[in-house]
Amino acid sequence: MRTTRMRRLAALGRAEATLLWRNRSAAFMALAMPLIMIYAMHSTTARMHLGKIGMTATAVSVTGGIGMILVLVVYANLVPAYVTRREQLVLKRLRTGEPTDLEILTGTALPAVVVALAQCAALVVAGTAVLDLSAPQRPELLLLGAALGIPLMVACAAVTTVVTRSAEVAQLTTMPLWMITLAGSGLFVPLEIMPHQLADVCRLLPMTPVVDLFRTGWLGGADAMRVVRDVLTAGVWLGVAGWAVRRWFRWEPRR
Amino acid sequence: MRTDTATDRHVIEATALRRRYRASGSKATKRNSANTSPTATRGFEAVRGVSFTVARGELFALLGTNGAGKTSTVELLEGLAAPSGGQVRVLGHDPYLDRAAVRPRIGVMLQEGGFPSDLTVRETVRMWAGCTTDARPAAEALEMVGLTGRAEVRVKMLSGGERRRLDLALALLGNPELLFLDEPTTGLDAEVRRETWELVRHLRDQGTTIVLTTHYLDEAEALADRLAIMRRGRIVASGTPAEVTAARPARIRFELPPAVSAGELPLSVPAAVHGRRVEVRTERLQEALTELLLWARDKQLELVGLDARSASLEEAFLDIATGEGEELAA
Repeated sequence: MRTTRMRRLAALGRAEATLLWRNRSAAFMALAMPLIMIYAMHSTTARMHLGKIGMTATAVSVTGGIGMILVLVVYANLVPAYVTRREQLVLKRLRTGEPTDLEILTGTALPAVVVALAQCAALVVAGTAVLDLSAPQRPELLLLGAALGIPLMVACAAVTTVVTRSAEVAQLTTMPLWMITLAGSGLFVPLEIMPHQLADVCRLLPMTPVVDLFRTGWLGGADAMRVVRDVLTAGVWLGVAGWAVRRWFRWEPRR
Repeated sequence: MRTDTATDRHVIEATALRRRYRASGSKATKRNSANTSPTATRGFEAVRGVSFTVARGELFALLGTNGAGKTSTVELLEGLAAPSGGQVRVLGHDPYLDRAAVRPRIGVMLQEGGFPSDLTVRETVRMWAGCTTDARPAAEALEMVGLTGRAEVRVKMLSGGERRRLDLALALLGNPELLFLDEPTTGLDAEVRRETWELVRHLRDQGTTIVLTTHYLDEAEALADRLAIMRRGRIVASGTPAEVTAARPARIRFELPPAVSAGELPLSVPAAVHGRRVEVRTERLQEALTELLLWARDKQLELVGLDARSASLEEAFLDIATGEGEELAA
């Protein structure tokens, strides 16, 4: 049987899913951390004065939670996974076979992406059914946000491996993007309550447009200009990250 | 079997191949860079103008001491990196730029294979099979390398030798026309090594073209149709094992009998004497041996420990690869 792209991705993804399941700390990170973090964020958000921008703390933390899932489950989980495969010479060995470079990176990312998508879907269902939020007003914007945000987080993870020598160090090297996103991309502090100049700077951060698509897609308030701006900002970041991967990604350990 | 007329005879053609590593340790992948002289740019040139061909169905061995450039050369053939100079064609294609055309037809066993340590042997083979055109069944691949009983064992629990055999099983998974084996028997015990040789011979007999690197000279002598010896990034000798050894002197060894002094040895036989041990190195083994034996019969001497042999590949190799001998080719 001739191997196809789908078949190769499925084979790589299945192996990686087995490995994720067998690595207890990574599995816990991926499965439980987002829930814990969203709950913790909610109690902080609840103490802010959100009434003047017409949002509830629940609305902010549930929509921001989707962004948080992408950062925690896709980004923070993939950096150590890529680094481990690189240091074990798995990536180099895979490159002697038929999968392309992009397929190797994508296949390895598949389980994390599937887990993240499932959690996002669960959050949408829970938000609508249990947490008194209205159903998403423009679901297609939520999908657009995921379609941009997931590849962006995968590419950022691949870039971060360049400065990550071991899986242990990954806890440290994933911190900058995590902290910047947490503080500046509107995960639990909406840009609307920030001073204008600060909000303008924060709008340029990589995950801000993705979170904005989730929030406006669910709660409303998106006009065409805003969507275009979000897509362009996220698209530029995706392009930069993709270029950096091609330029700097290492497929084998430094000798 | 797929055949291209252009590559009917030569499966691999390497012409003036060069590979330079950048000073930082990362690899230079610049193709046809403007300047390739060793002093002009920083870094280390591991492959310095290597040319050879491998014919279809042949088993070609690359020999060399550690650091001679064997693996760096083979990685260029496998398409893992682009040469910094020169050209390589594998099955009629550029293995680096035309990866998709070449990969389904080759099998690769790296010097150090990498497999996720928490997958079992069977899971690892299944992953590879999903990535391989016309993959053999996993059970057949494991049977070929004698790992059937270890299928449910995690990779991290395998011995070094078992890991090499798993690596070999994956290289064979796609029934390749061309097989690259980078030090395939390193870390194997003697018995498994012989079994691996049998398997390699069997594959060659079935028409698989094989490129092998090794630092075991008996392995090259036992398996190779043709070989090349590398030193400091260049090929310094090549040909059949017989051709490579033919150019080297044979040697005769014996113990000098107690009643005889070194000065009494027949003069036309140039000998080195260390204590009572005599060693003769000669390009005309038969003549020298005849003369020595006639002399011994005349004097009624017994030459204890008499041993006469043509140069082995090992002697030729030590002579050539460590740089004591003259360079036979550039």
